[in-house]
This record gives sequence, structure tokens and C-alpha cells, in this order.
Amino acid sequence: MEATTTSKNSNSNGAPILSVRGLKVYFPISSGKFFVPPIPLKAVDDVSFDLYSGEALGVVGESGCGKSTLGRGVLQLIEPTAGEVVWQGHHLEGLGPKQMILYRRDLQIIFQDPLASLNPRMTIGDIIAEPLTVHYPELSKDERKQRVAKIMEEVGLLPQMINRYPHEFSGGQCQRIGVARAMILRPKLIVCDEPVSALDVSIQAQIINLIQDLQQSFGLSLIFISHDLSIVRHISHRIMVLYLGNVMEIADKLSLYDEPKHPYTKALISAVPIPDPEQEKNKQRIVLEGDLPSPLSPPTGCVFRTRCPIAQPLCAKEKPPLVDAGAKHQVACHFWDADIR
Amino acid sequence: MKDQLNGLEIAETVKGRSLWQDAMRRLMHNKAAVVSMVLLGIIVILAILAPYLSPWAYDEPDWGYDFPGAPNGELKHWFGTDGNGRDLMVRTLFGARISLMVGVLATTVSLLIGVTYGATAGFLGGRIDNVMMRIVDILYSLPFMFFVILLMVFFGRNIFLIFVALGAVEWLTMARIVRGQTLSVKKKEFIEAAHAIGVSNWKIIIRHIIPNVLGPVIVYMTLTIPQVILTESFLSFLGLGVQEPLTSWGVLISEGAKQMESAPWMLIFPAVFLALTLFCFNFIGDGLRDALDPKDR
Repeated sequence: MEATTTSKNSNSNGAPILSVRGLKVYFPISSGKFFVPPIPLKAVDDVSFDLYSGEALGVVGESGCGKSTLGRGVLQLIEPTAGEVVWQGHHLEGLGPKQMILYRRDLQIIFQDPLASLNPRMTIGDIIAEPLTVHYPELSKDERKQRVAKIMEEVGLLPQMINRYPHEFSGGQCQRIGVARAMILRPKLIVCDEPVSALDVSIQAQIINLIQDLQQSFGLSLIFISHDLSIVRHISHRIMVLYLGNVMEIADKLSLYDEPKHPYTKALISAVPIPDPEQEKNKQRIVLEGDLPSPLSPPTGCVFRTRCPIAQPLCAKEKPPLVDAGAKHQVACHFWDADIR
Repeated sequence: MKDQLNGLEIAETVKGRSLWQDAMRRLMHNKAAVVSMVLLGIIVILAILAPYLSPWAYDEPDWGYDFPGAPNGELKHWFGTDGNGRDLMVRTLFGARISLMVGVLATTVSLLIGVTYGATAGFLGGRIDNVMMRIVDILYSLPFMFFVILLMVFFGRNIFLIFVALGAVEWLTMARIVRGQTLSVKKKEFIEAAHAIGVSNWKIIIRHIIPNVLGPVIVYMTLTIPQVILTESFLSFLGLGVQEPLTSWGVLISEGAKQMESAPWMLIFPAVFLALTLFCFNFIGDGLRDALDPKDR
């Protein structure tokens, strides 16, 4: 294992810590009839990206666009249909559970529903210690307990709570337990699957700041999945916009927010409320027509064309490739630089 | 370091209350269940102490009394004697031993097979689950009595065969219940978290799935015990149960029913014990269900 953990954010310096190439996750949906082959539901369709050490990549998109599936596909919690997931030079795709266990200690996940992600029959001490029992079975009981107490302090829980059960905690505390469980092995990458969307706003800030503090002090890489653009903007260095399992745009945070190139990104950003009533009133909102098409029968060509304000005949024929549209800014649109109203 | 150790010492003093402890508290507030547990405890203790409670043996006739004899305090035949002059109280309590043992052991057999089978089918899912559950369906459709009678005829009357036969039939429902629960539990995020940590499948079943499906299983178990006792009584009633001089409540009731008019005590005492036990188990099962899943009430 290379020691690539630096406290500074080493954006795009050197080789990426994780690189995903052409990742596809299809779920076979049975039609319920005999002799009719199941239709693939394309949850994630040909997604590629790189992640560097210490970097936080935000993943945004509407619900049902494959954000969570992407995170699980990277961690091999769902077996990808095709594509490569390369972690520090090692291919993860197609590894059995026995081989995958070597990488599990570096790759962790924080879940959306804090209470549901904790086993209600276990004390939180046992929950937080479970990764230790799997990866460091040689540790004695006392050592394990000390490590658990230490991590609990780090995430802002009182170590005295060690013998309590999950249902005795609030949502925010439960999410801290989830963070502690993910952090106890000192992983290098954490996938945060909408970690705050189930919490109320005042608690959201606490958890976000906790994750950000831990990320900075341990040089963690993050894949931060969320549908809340302001949160993603707060925590990420780079942002990837997904629509129906396809990447629409990947760019540095500032570049994406200041000059969104893709019509979908523009619509998303125009929907973010501005905490200034004057600006909010004068803001131009782009409202998208219609609903997210079914991923069972996605539109031909560009998947966004059915709701795109600038769709042209070409969009129905050809799928736009991801092209460079500036420094570290890639966009998948035929007409990103055309002036069409 | 010192500070942390101090922290740990404080930690020992703060105890959380687990869901099991919560359920226990609720159960203890259920009067019917508590009374049932006490009554059942008394019956069990009586059954264990049976040889010391009466001067009479369960298999020796009292030659100096009527065949059958009515209850008689002076001769210490408190429940009377049966058609062979044997003390009915001792026989009822020895019957309790057999009936309760059949109930508990057969239920344990069904529990072990059913939980393992159901949890495995539910957890693995897909085609394996399909095949395993179709096997259960097929076994379900076999006429159970016919199956037990065939076993008895082929292998002779044997008390252990009764445990096996009853357990082997009762596990089917248990497997279905456990499978259904497993299917709902395995979709929870904490199972996915365990996968992400790298916990092996077997450990996930043991540590995460089984503790979370145990609630309905325990309830069903307390309802299976009386069912098994009743089935054993029925088999004995048909003459397929335990062999003389051993006895069970079913055998005693069967004999008592034949002499219902001339010697009603031979029917009344074993029947009261059987009914009481069944009531107790059912009330405990009810109480447990309310205690383990207070939302379902």
C-alpha cells in the first residue's frame, strides 16, 4: 500500500487513487412472462471518472438517476455489469468476497438512513467495533474498547454511551455512530450516500462539518452523493452531475457553479435558493418540463433531450460524448457552446 | 491515556436498555402472561417432583383399593386410581413429563431445522430460495397423520420417533416464517453496512439476521408447543403414542374417556392439566407477541 495520505488536498497531483472506467450497472427486470427475456434497467450507464487522494467528489442528480447505485457499484456492494474500478492500481471488479476483504478496510460507506444502518439488537460499542473484529481479530477486548472510545470522542460522542442501543439515540447521533464505524479502520475513501438528507437542517451542518473535518485531518477521499446542491458545493472539490445513469458534466466546483455548460446543470443550479430575497426575486429560473423518463426505456441519443430546452434533431440520433469544455471541465452535450434559445 | 481509562470506567456505569430488556419489561406488565408463567412453572415443578409427592408408584397397582377407585384422601389417592388400580395423580404427573418433553423437544427440533433452513433460503434468495421453498410446499401437501402413522408402523412405537416425527413436520411453518422475516431484514441498510465492512455471509446470518428475526420465532414457538402436545395426545388417543406403563396426557384422557360414566375422575384430572397447560402457553405466546412487537397491538 502506498502512503498517499497528506493533510493538504493534493488535487489531481500524481496518479488517481481511484479510477472508474465505463462503469455500467444494469438490473434485469423480468417482464413476468415466460420466454420473454428480462429487460435491463440501466441504473448506471457508462460512467467514468478519476478520484485523487484527499479529494472530495460530489455526485448530484435527481432521485432515481443512479447516484447511490454508482456508489455501491464502486464499492462492489452491487456487482457492476461492465466496466473497470481500479483502486490504487488494483482491479476491484469481479473480485470474490474473500479477495475483496483486503480492500474493504480502505473503502467505507456512510448511509442515508442513520437508524436503519445500525443493527437494533447490538450496542453501539459492538456496532462501531465490528470492523475491528473482522479486520483485526487479534486485538484484545480492551484494545478494541479503547479504539472504540477514541473514535467516539473524535466524532463527538461520549464514550460513556458505549453500552447503549441505537434506538436510544437521535438521528444526528446515529449518523455520528455511522461515521465512527466507517472511520475506525482509517479508510482512504468513504462513499457518503446522502448522509444528511434524513436529518434536519441544524443537524445537517454539524454532520457535514464533522465529515469535512475528518476528511481534512486524515486526507480522506470522498465520494459525496447528494441531491442538495448547496451541501455538495460546501464539501466538494469537484462535482459530477448525473442524469438517468449518464454523466452530464464533471467540473471543478467553482467552474461548475459559475459557468455551468450543460443545460441540465444550468437548470439544477437555477433551482438552488439564494439566501438573499432581493437576488432570489430577480433570479432567472429554468424550469424543466416533464418527469424523469423511465430508465427501462431511456430516450435514444442524448438521454436528456426529452426535457432539454435546446434539444435539436441531432440529439435524438447521437449520444453526445463527454468532451473537454475548459480546464478540468467536461460536458456531454452536442451544443454546449452553441447559442440556441 | 489515563483520561481515557477513566472515561472507560465511567462507561461501565451507563447501561443501555436493549430491545430484549424492553420486551421483558412489557411482558412482566402483562398479567395473563405472568400468571400463566407461574402456573406453568408450578406444573413443571410438580412433574419433576412427581415421585416424591405420593407414596404410590406410577406403574404399581394398589391391590387394596378399587379398580378403578374414586379419589380418596385417606389412602393418599388424591386423584383416585385408574382401571388397573394405579395412582392417578402420579400417573398424571408422569404424563406431564412426557407431554411437556414431547412439546419442548419436538419444538426445539422444529426450531433448529426451521430457522436454519428459512434463514438460509431467505438470505441466499433467487433460485436457491425458490427450490428450497417449493420443497417445503411439497412436504406441506403430504398428509401429516398418514406420514406419522407410516413411521410408527415401520419403525415401531418409540418415544424418540415421536419427537422426530412431530419436529420434522412442525418445522415447515417455522421455515416459512423465518424466510419471510429474513427477506425483510436483509434489505435493511445495516446488512449492507455489514457487507461493506467485509463480514462473511455466515456471520451476517448469525450476528445480524437471526437476532432480528427471533421475535416472531419465539412467539410462534410458544404457540407450537401446545400444538405439539395436542398432536401427541391425539396420536396417543389413536394408540400410536407412548407405550405402557409410560403414559402421557393423551393416553390418560383416552382411557378416561372410555370410562367417563363410571369413573369420571379418570377423565377430569388429566384433561384439566392438559387444558391448563395449553391455556398457559397460549397466553404466554400472546403476551410475548405484544411485548416483542408493541406496534402490532
